Amino acid sequence: MSDTFKLPLRDRQSDLPVLLPLKVPEPDVLGFSRWLASMPGWTLPALTAVLALWPVYAMAQSTFTTERVLSTLLKWTPLLVTKGFVLNILISFLTVVFGTIAGIFLGLGRVSHSRVVRLFSWFTVQLFRNSPWLVLLFVVMLTLPFELRIGGAIIPVPDWMKAVFGLSLPVMANIAEIVRGAIRSVPSGQWEAAESLAFSRTQTLWQIILPQCFKRMIPPWMNWYAIMTMATPLVSLLGVTEIITLTRQAMEAEGNHPSLLVPFYGFALIIFFAYCYPIARLTMSLEKRFAVKL
Amino acid sequence: MSDNSPWKAGQPIVSIKNVRKSYGSIEVLKGISLDIMKGDVVCIIGPSGSGKSTLIRCINALADIQDGSITVEGQEVHDPKLDKLALRRKVGMVFQQYNLFPHKTALQNVMMAPVKVLGQPKQEVEARARSLLKKVRLEGKENAYPGELSGGQQQRVAIARSLAMQPDVMLFDEVTAALDPETVKEVLVTIKELAADGMTCILVTHEMGFAREVADHIYFTDLGVIVEHGPPSTFFDNAQDPRTKAFLGQIL
Repeated sequence: MSDTFKLPLRDRQSDLPVLLPLKVPEPDVLGFSRWLASMPGWTLPALTAVLALWPVYAMAQSTFTTERVLSTLLKWTPLLVTKGFVLNILISFLTVVFGTIAGIFLGLGRVSHSRVVRLFSWFTVQLFRNSPWLVLLFVVMLTLPFELRIGGAIIPVPDWMKAVFGLSLPVMANIAEIVRGAIRSVPSGQWEAAESLAFSRTQTLWQIILPQCFKRMIPPWMNWYAIMTMATPLVSLLGVTEIITLTRQAMEAEGNHPSLLVPFYGFALIIFFAYCYPIARLTMSLEKRFAVKL
Repeated sequence: MSDNSPWKAGQPIVSIKNVRKSYGSIEVLKGISLDIMKGDVVCIIGPSGSGKSTLIRCINALADIQDGSITVEGQEVHDPKLDKLALRRKVGMVFQQYNLFPHKTALQNVMMAPVKVLGQPKQEVEARARSLLKKVRLEGKENAYPGELSGGQQQRVAIARSLAMQPDVMLFDEVTAALDPETVKEVLVTIKELAADGMTCILVTHEMGFAREVADHIYFTDLGVIVEHGPPSTFFDNAQDPRTKAFLGQIL
């Protein structure tokens, strides 16, 4: 008996019934960034090396030489980057800007005092969080007009702009959840203190609650930015000439030779990785810095 | 004090009549009545779970009641048409957990409500906030964030923050319960000075010595009713009810 107590807590044996703590795994809001950031720093050079050496391996069955493949890729690189990847970045930026603005209001709607607003926001969040993105994209593509008439002026709506709206919808719904979670994480005492000082509910939200949870929202928000950037090639299916569309067109121009497939798509992979990897690392380090001290 | 208020000096500033409140099927206030005159310092004491905190949270409508009436300066608090914000300008409240706004400095905490809620000019409020911080002996801590202050200091900022709204009544909800014993005193001294200045104070407290020293009237609650009340001298030295005697026997 007395020996039992010399053991560390977890090694003690007992025949008494013990209530173990309930463990519910929390959904990881930073899953993507955590995974990406966990890759070692040499992943990018290693990836590049593999793709650069690929033609050498593939040469056996091909009339293409390694130099020819690489010089073809090099020839197309400026176009792929400046006309393609830049558009991907632009789409991801605008998507996240629109998604964030709409998401903040939708998130506030989730904690509204009005039942109708709460239900509407809940429904909107569920709908856009759980719909396949491609379906949303197609719906937006087909329902939005290709030009808008405002007064006498005709404003064309390019396809990539429609794609931005389509992709904004799931971002909006996910940002709304981030906002709601952040608001809920502020202790109720803050609401009471503000209430007792005669702050209205709106004032309390914007001046007291949201400024406190702003920092906590940054890492999950950046995580969504990285996810969104990775998702931008989806719009190539709708004919938007972003990097993947251009890559396909470049290969067609070069005679659709199979030896070009891996280097060309590999280049797209590398450029996305090079862009998102630092974002993921930054997200994780901010997460560590902003971690709530208890 | 609003001009159209039916309340006149000489009437109770806070009047609680037969108040009942339940959380679900549990009735926590079972018909409580008490009157508080302007300038009175009233302490509510009693065992945990006796409904003391709930009672004072009902006074500024942080909690609602099911039956009875509470009036502050003649205005019914639980009238659905009441402008709650107008009521809360008259009634200040200090909490057990301070509840300072962590993203604002001490001075900003004190200035925020008068500037944003009452729309008073910033210079005027700042001068008042600085003098209030001086009054609670926190001169030099104006630019400190709540996280950099001790519990007692935070609680005094919270008191100054409430006072900045120039309330007519102050509610204190176990304001020393979360403090280290050595910092309790500095907060109590602040409250005592406030009481001496003629502020109407309603305190829920476990500090019996303090209650005895500063209160004009003591109410003892147990299981949702007021068991006994009286001025401190009679209450502490000559309690009648066996429940009061038992409680005081445990505490003193």
